[in-house]
Amino acid sequence: MPGTIETYFDKLERTRVWRSIFRSGRGTSKLHNALAIQQNVFLHLFPTKVRKRMLGLEATWYLGTLTLGTFIVLVVTGILLMLYYHPSVPRAYSDVKDLQFVVSSGLFLRNLHRWSAHAMVFLAFAHMFRVFYRGAYRTPREFNWVVGVVLLLVTLLLSYTGYLLPWDQLAFWAITVGTNISSAVPLIGDKIRFLLLGGHLVNANALLRFYVLHCVILPLTAVLFLAVHFWRIRKDGGLYVRETEPGVTGADKQLSNQEQGSR
Amino acid sequence: MTPPKDYSAEVNSNMRVSQRRVLFVTRRTSPQVKVYDEEKVQTSPEVLIRALLAVECLIIALVLMSLFFNAPLEGVANPTNTPNPAKAPWYFLGLQEILHYFPPVVAGVLIPGLLVTALIIIPYFDINIEADGLFLKNRKRRMMLSMIVAGSFSLFFLFFKVYVALVPTVIMTALVLLAAFSSPLSSSRFRRYLALRPIFWWIMTWFLFELIVLTAVGTFFRGPGWSWVWPWRS
Repeated sequence: MPGTIETYFDKLERTRVWRSIFRSGRGTSKLHNALAIQQNVFLHLFPTKVRKRMLGLEATWYLGTLTLGTFIVLVVTGILLMLYYHPSVPRAYSDVKDLQFVVSSGLFLRNLHRWSAHAMVFLAFAHMFRVFYRGAYRTPREFNWVVGVVLLLVTLLLSYTGYLLPWDQLAFWAITVGTNISSAVPLIGDKIRFLLLGGHLVNANALLRFYVLHCVILPLTAVLFLAVHFWRIRKDGGLYVRETEPGVTGADKQLSNQEQGSR
Repeated sequence: MTPPKDYSAEVNSNMRVSQRRVLFVTRRTSPQVKVYDEEKVQTSPEVLIRALLAVECLIIALVLMSLFFNAPLEGVANPTNTPNPAKAPWYFLGLQEILHYFPPVVAGVLIPGLLVTALIIIPYFDINIEADGLFLKNRKRRMMLSMIVAGSFSLFFLFFKVYVALVPTVIMTALVLLAAFSSPLSSSRFRRYLALRPIFWWIMTWFLFELIVLTAVGTFFRGPGWSWVWPWRS
């Protein structure tokens, strides 16, 4: 019977429970589409309408979207990895070994998390340079650029704190090299290093601190600033367009037609 | 196009005498000004679908990569056995490369601090907001200034033997010179492009160039004791 699934969804969307959750109502009119964005706590950060010429790849290369995509992948795989991991010495390393050889798809899970992390750092940098070369950081978007710089730093810290967690030679010495740099800060350098590591050496305390930073503090910070970052796009007038860019339609098109007609 | 003028400007601040007011639109950029009606699409579903598709492609790429390449895992952490070289993650290898030449307080604190500060204050600089080509005005003066800046950076790198950072600087200097002797009417497309590049484009591109070169050198060309190695000869 054709249309069975459609009628099923139709009925579902008419139910009182559905209507109590999604208040935008049924239908595909412009109003319904706008309400679907506006009445959703997550989506209302975004504008209900977007300039048509911003949909193409050439303006943004979708770098911001892709960076968010890697972040979502990292949250999902990260939570799954947390189920198999103890942030203690030497248990951490054997847990990662178990992920490699014992846990079903554990190797794949860890690979996905690792490569996504590298991709996120790369995409965040690429996004920043793309925004710069388009000049999209200018008034009134200055503050959103600053939020973006904060997000870049959070991304780097997220990746860096995650680097220690496998507790292998690569992790240990990378963190040793990095935290040694922090002790070069004049006057308070050693104090900063002690605060980061919970001791004078990279040891079990450092692992626990990096774990808490990596799994709780930094992701929450990232989510907070991401919300501000997206919301500011809407508040600052949508994605940046250059007036000289092609694809201008409506009144401007009419204007240029008139100009040509009058010549 | 413009209709003939049937009015004249007058300066009078007395509202009762002259009720006309002239609005001066100054040359300041503000994206909020709506100059034309623009065709827009609904975020739901048009933008959401595209964003989902983009993320889907990304996930496919990442999954494929994860299926074919394994994340590195070395032996258990051993504080008594220092690998040589001990390397930071790739995105910090540019910094680690600088650390090789300068004391930690310069390479590890001063330079990253200045970089982050510079990134934050970029949008609050109002220099040349119209993004004119660097040498379209005051060509001689600007050429002299840019050569002084490029020269001092080159000498600085030469003095501290930072050849890795010197090479991108010299290449960028050559491009700046080429831009100075090009015009928007040049026959070559590349030179037309260079002639129209504004000052902040030159600074950022130089920074990006240095970043890429330093990171690549730190990642691929450094071996035991941070000595130079050729990656294909290991």
